[in-house]
Amino acid sequence: MSDIIEEPFFKGSTGRNTRGVLRLTILCLIAAAAIASRLFSVIRFESIIHEFDPWFNFRATKYLVQHGFYDFWDWFDDRTWHPLGRVTGGTLYPGLMVTSGVIYHALRALTIPVDIRNICVLLAPGFSGLTAYATYLFTNEMTTSPSAGLLAAAFMGIAPGYISRSVAGSYDNEAIAIFLLVFTFFLWIKALKVGSVFWGAWCALFYGYMVSAWGGYVFITNLIPLHVFVLVLMGRFSPRVYVAYCTWFAIGTLASMQIPFVGFLPIRSSEHMSALGIFGLLQLVGFVEFVRAGVPSRQFKTLVTGFVVAVVLIAFAALVLLTVSGVIAPWTGRFYSLWDTGYAKIHIPIIASVSEHQPTAWPAYFFDLNLLIWLFPAGVYLCFLKLNDEQVFIVVYSILASYFSGVMVRLMLTLTPIVCVSAAMALSYLLDTYLTIKSPPEPTDAQILDAANNSSSKKAGKQDGIRSTREPLVGIYTTFSKTTVVSAMTAYLLIFVLHCTWVTSNAYSSPSVVLASRMPDGSQHIIDDYREAYQWLRQNTPEDAKIMSWWDYGYQIGGMADRPTLVDNNTWNNTHIATVGKAMSSREEVSYPIMRQHEVDYVLVVFGGLLGYSGDDINKFLWMVRIAEGIWPDEVKERDFFTDRGEYRVDDGATETMKNSLMYKMSYYNYNSLFPAGQAQDRVRGVKLPEVGPTLNTVEEAFTSENWIIRIYKVKDLDNVGRDHASAASFDRGNKKKKTTKKRGPKVLRVE
Amino acid sequence: IWQNYLDTTPQRTKLIDVFMAFLVVVGGLQFVYCVIAGNYPFNAFLSGFSATVGQFVLTASLRIQTNAENKADFGEVSPERAFADYVFGSLILHFFCVNFI
Repeated sequence: MSDIIEEPFFKGSTGRNTRGVLRLTILCLIAAAAIASRLFSVIRFESIIHEFDPWFNFRATKYLVQHGFYDFWDWFDDRTWHPLGRVTGGTLYPGLMVTSGVIYHALRALTIPVDIRNICVLLAPGFSGLTAYATYLFTNEMTTSPSAGLLAAAFMGIAPGYISRSVAGSYDNEAIAIFLLVFTFFLWIKALKVGSVFWGAWCALFYGYMVSAWGGYVFITNLIPLHVFVLVLMGRFSPRVYVAYCTWFAIGTLASMQIPFVGFLPIRSSEHMSALGIFGLLQLVGFVEFVRAGVPSRQFKTLVTGFVVAVVLIAFAALVLLTVSGVIAPWTGRFYSLWDTGYAKIHIPIIASVSEHQPTAWPAYFFDLNLLIWLFPAGVYLCFLKLNDEQVFIVVYSILASYFSGVMVRLMLTLTPIVCVSAAMALSYLLDTYLTIKSPPEPTDAQILDAANNSSSKKAGKQDGIRSTREPLVGIYTTFSKTTVVSAMTAYLLIFVLHCTWVTSNAYSSPSVVLASRMPDGSQHIIDDYREAYQWLRQNTPEDAKIMSWWDYGYQIGGMADRPTLVDNNTWNNTHIATVGKAMSSREEVSYPIMRQHEVDYVLVVFGGLLGYSGDDINKFLWMVRIAEGIWPDEVKERDFFTDRGEYRVDDGATETMKNSLMYKMSYYNYNSLFPAGQAQDRVRGVKLPEVGPTLNTVEEAFTSENWIIRIYKVKDLDNVGRDHASAASFDRGNKKKKTTKKRGPKVLRVE
Repeated sequence: IWQNYLDTTPQRTKLIDVFMAFLVVVGGLQFVYCVIAGNYPFNAFLSGFSATVGQFVLTASLRIQTNAENKADFGEVSPERAFADYVFGSLILHFFCVNFI
């Protein structure tokens, strides 16, 4: 790497000032670009919370702002998971809510009263600006090149891989977590380089903040020990490593245990054992180094090394033993499924049912990172060329994050920072080489020899160019080649900006609450059925009417309709979700008692058949069946919902179980009446529906939204004269035979 | 080794070492008590124990940083700076311990 970069302009102290001003301006512009590019959805639609999870965060934040911190800390929420309730204070990461609460009160103190909703909507764009700044600091620790930090900040500001989780309105934990992630890593590198307790303590404090904000803190807890472990294996142990790591671990672990949701996990779960193990290892290594310095004997050294290895092996065996005996909890399913990628699909359908937990396809990488993805390996390669402590970190981080992002789509988010950093390093290296006006001096013979040796081990492609530019021999002499390379790079960068803006505008800026479609003349048509239905619930049902729906909509019902729900997106109780799945997928006679037992008043289903909205409940239905089958294999069978030829059909050929399931009936109830006789069409499945629609006995239609997306049914009360609902309904319909038969039916004895 | 240690170590470092030994003893006692009497208020045990461990580690860091032999590794950290850092780290550590107990 070029150690000293000649700055052609602005030499001397005035030059330094000017450069400082330029840097500041550029960083401010980057932050502004980062914020501005996230506002598409606010400008196009309105300032609302998107998606599902953010609705809960928003609701919790409102609670925090209204009731104060202490009430929030031990908040028992009786409006979710209806019969059970949820100990919210102990089951969430409070960092996000507390952050926006603090911002809210700070603005209030400055006499700028802003609605809490607007703070929640705009929190993610605000923090993305800070992320860009943190990336700048982080990259500056990595390389001496003055431009790499700014480039990395610019990449991080607009890379779609990060924008996808931080557009305005996406009030999710990741909004602040990525900033904290990058900043913690910056502090860690700083602590490692300086070797001071001060930076280590700050690193631990921000690590604690990160723990309070996002469950992905486990990534940090494993990455930093891994880095240290690799350093020790490389023989790069130094007192600085000891100071930085031990400070971080001692304070950081205590800090992480302050969060009620985390609790004793750092002691008791397998995910955190690597940090503890490396802590112990460092004590040993530190002690051995200390003794070794005092005793200059070779035999003693081998003895001591053998001692260390033995202790490590014993500790590892003890760890395995403790895990097997259950003192230390084994990997949780969510983490375990990262290693054994087929695990979730077989054993925990609820994890596999989330679309974000699928493996990533190749185009997604290019879509999310464009030119960064091919500069990324080059940057990692550059790190290998000059392997300091901090470059090892980049290598470790990129390998680990690349693997994880390949396993799970949503972990693309943790890959993005390192891609930005290492791509910026590669690119700035190129620019530093090609942007100097001065020509390099003529090579000497020794250098020619040297270069000849090197050229034999050259590799093809991009890295070859970078490597050869490193050799002083292969200097760039003509202005023409310089301008060609530089202008090509500039063109790539401009295309990158275009790509990012396009992706953000088209793919990542659509609120899922409001569906936008185009009219034939190109004008926009908004489909607002969700809020219509939730508003109906809010205004026309009693305050404590329990709503049963599939868990996807739990948070939104709680947030927008403000009604108690049975299950929601926090899938902590699998059995309860399976109960709802069973109620949805069984016959009415079976599901009615279930609904009565859980005091359900209304049932909400999402149906996209009229509009061609594919994310509806019929398409999710198989997951309900699978989750219910996991608990009651005798009563719900997935096989029964397929035809003999193994097809999943909703038309005439659908199986009896399918046609009689509550979900099917509620989705297609009265749907025939919209069409001329016999021509009912389901636009999602693309099939013609049977002539006669289903009949409902135990529930009655209460509300259907404009485009039939949301249908709400009211659960009927028990029959007044004690008949079951099926016969009561058929009596009402007048199905009773005209001829009254005198014959007595087989009655059973009345038992008092 | 022992004689070598007594001869070469400066007075101040010896003081630090005594403190570290004391911390080890306190931590060991706590651990033994925990093993004997059970760990019912587990957070109390943890905070007490990790206070000793953390303080031990921080003191070891201070010892390393102020050691004249390690001058090369810590270019930026003077002994005074190291002590101020030590105070800073210990304060945070104790805040978390008191909060956790």
